[in-house]
Amino acid sequence: MIRSTAADLAAKIAAQEVSAVEVTQAHLDRIAAVDPAVHAFLHVDGERALAQAAAVDARITAGEQVGPLAGVPLALKDVLTYSGAPTTCGSKFLQGWVPPYDATVTKRLLDAGIVILGKTNMDEFAMGSSTENSAYGPTHNPWDLDRIPGGSGGGSSASLAAFEAPLAIGTDTGGSIRQPAAVTGTVGVKPTYGGTSRYGLVALASSLDQPGPCARTVLDAALLHEVIAGYDPYDSTSIDAPVPAVVEAARSGDVSGMKIGVVTEFSGEGYAPGVEQRFREAVGQLEKLGAEIVEVSCPSFTYAMPAYYLILPSEASSNLAKFDSMRYGMRVGDNGSASAEEVMAATREAGFGAEVKRRIMIGTYALSSGYYDAYYGQAQKVRTLIINDFNKAYEQVDVLVSPTTPTTAFKLGEKIDDPLAMYLNDLCTIPSNLAGNASASFPVGLAPEDGLPVGLQVIAPPLADDRLYRVGAALERALTSDWGGSLLSTIPELEAAR
Amino acid sequence: MALSREEVAALGRLARIELSTEELEHLAPQLDQILEHVARVSEVAAADIQPTSHPLPLSNVFRADEVRECLTAEQALSGAPAVEDGRFRVPRILGESA
Repeated sequence: MIRSTAADLAAKIAAQEVSAVEVTQAHLDRIAAVDPAVHAFLHVDGERALAQAAAVDARITAGEQVGPLAGVPLALKDVLTYSGAPTTCGSKFLQGWVPPYDATVTKRLLDAGIVILGKTNMDEFAMGSSTENSAYGPTHNPWDLDRIPGGSGGGSSASLAAFEAPLAIGTDTGGSIRQPAAVTGTVGVKPTYGGTSRYGLVALASSLDQPGPCARTVLDAALLHEVIAGYDPYDSTSIDAPVPAVVEAARSGDVSGMKIGVVTEFSGEGYAPGVEQRFREAVGQLEKLGAEIVEVSCPSFTYAMPAYYLILPSEASSNLAKFDSMRYGMRVGDNGSASAEEVMAATREAGFGAEVKRRIMIGTYALSSGYYDAYYGQAQKVRTLIINDFNKAYEQVDVLVSPTTPTTAFKLGEKIDDPLAMYLNDLCTIPSNLAGNASASFPVGLAPEDGLPVGLQVIAPPLADDRLYRVGAALERALTSDWGGSLLSTIPELEAAR
Repeated sequence: MALSREEVAALGRLARIELSTEELEHLAPQLDQILEHVARVSEVAAADIQPTSHPLPLSNVFRADEVRECLTAEQALSGAPAVEDGRFRVPRILGESA
């Protein structure tokens, strides 16, 4: 049962072939069995999950119509608030903090009858590409427990690959949904900026953050996308427009006549041979299916990473100023004589990990007077040039494609003390966040040299999220038919790997 | 560029993070390396380019000025490190001489 797709589980629950309680219990049992080795979850909320499942079963028994994912369990990234359970963002600073309200995404999941199993591990405040920056210890990649599951949303991606949950929610600021999806052989989608609500998402960089669906199949991701997307008056940057027809696109998978651009800048030096090979083969599949493939150059993308690592820290240093030890979270050194400012500095020293401190200080530097124009100001101009490159590309093509990441999953500990090497993982995913367009990663095979998953990134113009699913579904259909099953059906048994 | 330990300590003060001596030793070369990389944005000729602060062309977004449900005082205080008389209790905010 735990290997079923969300769509199949929902259909069986609605037809009363299996109860939502049985499905939930099976996943809770799986978590109990494998999570000591994987560590995808920071908090498992079994009791409430079973109660939510029982409520769905009762509605079905009463003959009520339920939504297309009702009764299906889900793993929620610990950066979105869910009242009644702790939200830590992977930080010591928020250890034990229980938010008094639900994020809009959380509320929509619950309204749809989706069962929330618990909260998943992540790099502290979503800063990282490996989950090694979590204050609660790293998550392990189910393909190889010595390797990283990606980040920041490594708990969400690992929970899918470990069959602990059929659905998960991630958030993507520079690749935190797509990179974990790529290295775990799962599907991850960053919707158009403004397509999903940020209300109740603990902000990293407000002009870049976007919640999105994570799943094992393209259709499951689309069904989840439809549940969480759409206008929210509680988020001032939410787009008041209809949700793109993502489910229809995922069911169709028709790419004939579609123009697909391969980004020239995302290949060559630094890209693993197996990543390039699987990427080229997947592009060949799309061509066979009737898509027209062209090379597209986006010269400003070369500067996306430096621009991003100025814009993100600048916004983060400002957003994380709210962790001042006055209203929520940790407080240390309040001995009756220390001033508020001293307590604040002592608490932030004790509560934040190394990467959070690095980024706050880079942001503080980039925004300080005398440096502002040369750093933050110039990065904002580069952001404009990147958007211009995208706009020019979309005059020629419907979507762009590239490898999602330059390499497959690296070993835990390999890059933890080399921030720049870690940042390079996000090379291909960052431009979409800077431009605010829609972007996704789909599994396209295992790299021959190490047998680890490779992801293909698809990028579509703002509000054309449906095109991502069209390409993803086409690839999924062609590749699973070649492979004789899904990529995840070949994952080693976790029990054996332990 | 070479960021000194003193400069990193000053940044820590601006960011309200009381860094230890060992952290300063460790962070200074790392921040220096990151700043050297991000400084590459200056290679781009962009004098006549408008900056982008946000991907959506939105200006002020307003809602109707109406009373609506919000958190109770008890809920808002529920995660506070210290509470007194239905308020956030904070350390002293004025200097000794004030």
